[in-house]
Amino acid sequence: MNRTDRGASVSLAELEKRYDRVNAVDGVSLDIHSGEFLTLLGPSGSGKTSTLMMIAGFETPTAGDIAIDGTSVVAMPPYRRNIGMVFQNYALFPHLTVEENIGFPLKQRGVPKAERARLVAEALELVHLPGYGERYPRQLSGGQQQRVAVARAVVFKPRLLLMDEPLGALDKQLRENLQLEMRRLHADLGITFIYVTHDQEEALTMSDRIAVMNDGKVAQVGSPEDLYDRPSDRFVAGFIGESNFLPAIVRGMEDDVVITECDGALIRAMCPGRPASGDRVTLTTRPERLRFADSAWNATTPQNRLSVTVTEAVFAGERCRYMLQATDGTSMVLKEPSSAAIRRRAIGERAEISWSVADTILV
Amino acid sequence: MSEIAQPSPIAVPLGAVRPLLRNWRRHVPLMLVAPLLIYMLVLYALPVLAMLLRSLNDPTWTLSHYTALFEDVVFAKTFWITFNTSVIVTLGCLILGYPVAMGLVRAKTMAPLILVVILLPFWTSVLVRSYAWMVLLGRHGLINEGLLALGMIDRPMRILNTSLATQIAMIHILLPYMILPIANALRQIDPSLLRAASGLGATPFMTFRQVILPLSMSGVAAGTLLTFVLALGFYITPAMVGGPRDITLSMLIAQEVDQLNWAYAATLSAVLLATALGILAAARHLPGVGNAFRMSMR
Amino acid sequence: MILARLLPASIVGLILFFLAFPIVVVAIVSFSSATYLSFPPPAFGLRWYEAYFSSPDWLNPTWVSLWVASAVVVLATVLGTLAALGIARLSKPMRVFSTGLILSPLIVPGIVVAIGIYYAYSHYGLVGTPIAMVLAHTCLAVPFVVTSVTASLSGIDPRLEQASLSLGATPAATFWQVTLPLIRPGVLVGALFAFITSFDELIVALFISGTGAVTLPRRMWDDLRFQIDPTIAAVSTLTIVLTALLMGCAHLLRNRNRA
Ligand SMILES: Nc1ncnc2c1ncn2[C@@H]1O[C@H](COP(=O)(O)OP(=O)(O)OP(=O)(O)O)[C@@H](O)[C@H]1O
Ligand SMILES: [Mg+2]
Repeated sequence: MNRTDRGASVSLAELEKRYDRVNAVDGVSLDIHSGEFLTLLGPSGSGKTSTLMMIAGFETPTAGDIAIDGTSVVAMPPYRRNIGMVFQNYALFPHLTVEENIGFPLKQRGVPKAERARLVAEALELVHLPGYGERYPRQLSGGQQQRVAVARAVVFKPRLLLMDEPLGALDKQLRENLQLEMRRLHADLGITFIYVTHDQEEALTMSDRIAVMNDGKVAQVGSPEDLYDRPSDRFVAGFIGESNFLPAIVRGMEDDVVITECDGALIRAMCPGRPASGDRVTLTTRPERLRFADSAWNATTPQNRLSVTVTEAVFAGERCRYMLQATDGTSMVLKEPSSAAIRRRAIGERAEISWSVADTILV
Repeated sequence: MSEIAQPSPIAVPLGAVRPLLRNWRRHVPLMLVAPLLIYMLVLYALPVLAMLLRSLNDPTWTLSHYTALFEDVVFAKTFWITFNTSVIVTLGCLILGYPVAMGLVRAKTMAPLILVVILLPFWTSVLVRSYAWMVLLGRHGLINEGLLALGMIDRPMRILNTSLATQIAMIHILLPYMILPIANALRQIDPSLLRAASGLGATPFMTFRQVILPLSMSGVAAGTLLTFVLALGFYITPAMVGGPRDITLSMLIAQEVDQLNWAYAATLSAVLLATALGILAAARHLPGVGNAFRMSMR
Repeated sequence: MILARLLPASIVGLILFFLAFPIVVVAIVSFSSATYLSFPPPAFGLRWYEAYFSSPDWLNPTWVSLWVASAVVVLATVLGTLAALGIARLSKPMRVFSTGLILSPLIVPGIVVAIGIYYAYSHYGLVGTPIAMVLAHTCLAVPFVVTSVTASLSGIDPRLEQASLSLGATPAATFWQVTLPLIRPGVLVGALFAFITSFDELIVALFISGTGAVTLPRRMWDDLRFQIDPTIAAVSTLTIVLTALLMGCAHLLRNRNRA
């Protein structure tokens, strides 16, 4: 059985959920491939949970369609959809033991007792909790409860697993361990994961693809590298990682590179579209991709250059962080790996900075 | 719509039934509540309303039963006694209840014991508690025998079957209804406020006057209201331990029913009910009063 | 200083004494050996308990009360639990109306309820039957079931029911396997309250128990009008003990639920 056979494909078409006044989800179209780990990432209130609830069947869309493996499921009640789900607070049944919790979906499906016991033991093995079957949820730590919730959601071999901030309640250390475990689980099971989080770092480390949501809409879908290196708009650039924004005016095109004027200098940027000369635009760059032009660093790719003044310098262990100001007043951040070999800049110092054209995006 | 114009017999039921079948889930909540609603309407609300109607339509539609109350000396006296008793009892409960509520909240190791002492009478039926006061206050009851033995009196006092007996017994019965809401409000006062107050040099009495008392007012309001409204409707206790002339509204109503004087009984019932509901409605926006409802569960 | 601290404590102590003392006195009197009511009793004995347990005049009403209260428990618990399940999901006006109607017996004066019921039930020849007692007491007991079950329902995380559905349990299976077990303590507490409400109820019983369905409180009331012999103290003590036991159970259930 190959990997793609085990996971469901999910297709959302112009999905919409309107509550009294708010459009919680406002025209989301998204194709999730079989076996993919897709993350819905967005700020609070952006409609992530609402989208997930519609896929699970707890909310009915006010418009649009949801198809799983090509079949529309909008009219299907949640208990027939055969989708595994992990809730933020795990939603373990407090009156049932771990074993009974995990056996619950099997019991609903009429799996005979002996078979059930075997599958439950297998699932406990999978989440590294053998021997915990007799306990009640309240006798487990947060991380253990989370694992039981995962075991319960996959024990009946669903082709799709939904998770709504499953690690949200755990401390950082545990969260990082469990992130790795989720990745492993995803690789082992080969089923489709739809994962909701508002933690961009978590999204970047775990996902095959990320859908960034804002205001009920999908702002951008793509691989973590896509989103980080080529954000399609200012929101995505600002939400994922740190970004500098430079106001500029378009002066011309050169293949797929746009030439702009910014603070009196000519800056080249990557641009998918064809802006007209004279347009006012915004360029974005990542702070860790800026360099002081006079540092011992040899550029081999085409570079942009700009003169700035250092307004603030902060030493943060592995890197130094500088606040810079261009002559037109635009402030920027530059992050430099800290090294005894690199001279620290002083506040008020004038400097020349440079960065690669490929790292400059017009948004 | 004529009969002939109807579509084929099969299409009609399907077309009509399908949306019903699809939407039946939406009506599940109502279907769950409906049995109880119907039960209470038929066996409780409509009976009471039908009885109350007698105040308006006996023998024909008229308001005369109500207007007659204005000149009705018996009613005036009864209403006054009922009201007066309720005020005294409520004040008594407040004075005795507040310290106990504070004691309950302050106590640490003793708290469970205090709670049991408060709840044990609470759980005992009104009849048994009234009987207990008959035993205590009777001519040969404990109080009289005790006072005689101590030589403080030389013949038994008449306490049972006076309004004082009613008041004592009613205070005893209603006291928990006052204590529990106040204790609830006191429990919610942030202890750091009290520490702050004494840190600022307030004497215990000032702390009480300026911090504890104002912050517990919601509990006092709830307890007072509950006690007063319940006291208005008291029947068993005044009938058992009260004086022969201390007739409360509830007792008068019962008497009139005994004499099959339904119109009069219904009128009095309407007045009693309206008084109780009116007080609750007027006070329903006071903080803490919403909870009083739940508090009235023993 | 010591006085300042002891004074409030002794005041609270005195008030608590006032609360507990009458009930203690009843219990003590019930063990009196005297033929008349006196305190302290000249000697102790079980003669009033013997009198109670050997008199059909007392035992029959006891059976009626137990029978009626048990029937009330079944009826009120079923109706009240169903209603509590639905009430939170009703539309606002319907919810306000239903809560108002269902909880109103808590504040409508007992005499008004009693004569209303008497007025209507006597039209249908129900007065003096245990059935009438059950029907009427259920109305008075239901508010306790509804509040108790509603409280435990509101403590349930809605995601537990969603989890159950997502795991393939039908709504019916979800109710039986998840919702019901979680609200069970609330239902039991409500049932205990219902039992005690009916078992202790007197005002309605005065009007509709007639001669055919004399309950224990009604029998005590009738007895008190002619004599106050210590049998009533024995009966009272028994009912206090029964009620205290049931309430103790209710409290344990509640606390266990909360923990
Ligand atoms: N049942 C509801 N009734 C009314 N509005 C709702 C309801 N559920 C969600 N909303 C609104 O819809 C919007 C999207 O909510 P949603 O829960 O999907 O956000 P989210 O992305 O999951 O946020 P978070 O990260 O805080 O969980 C919010 O503005 C929210 O207030
Ligand atoms: Mg959410």
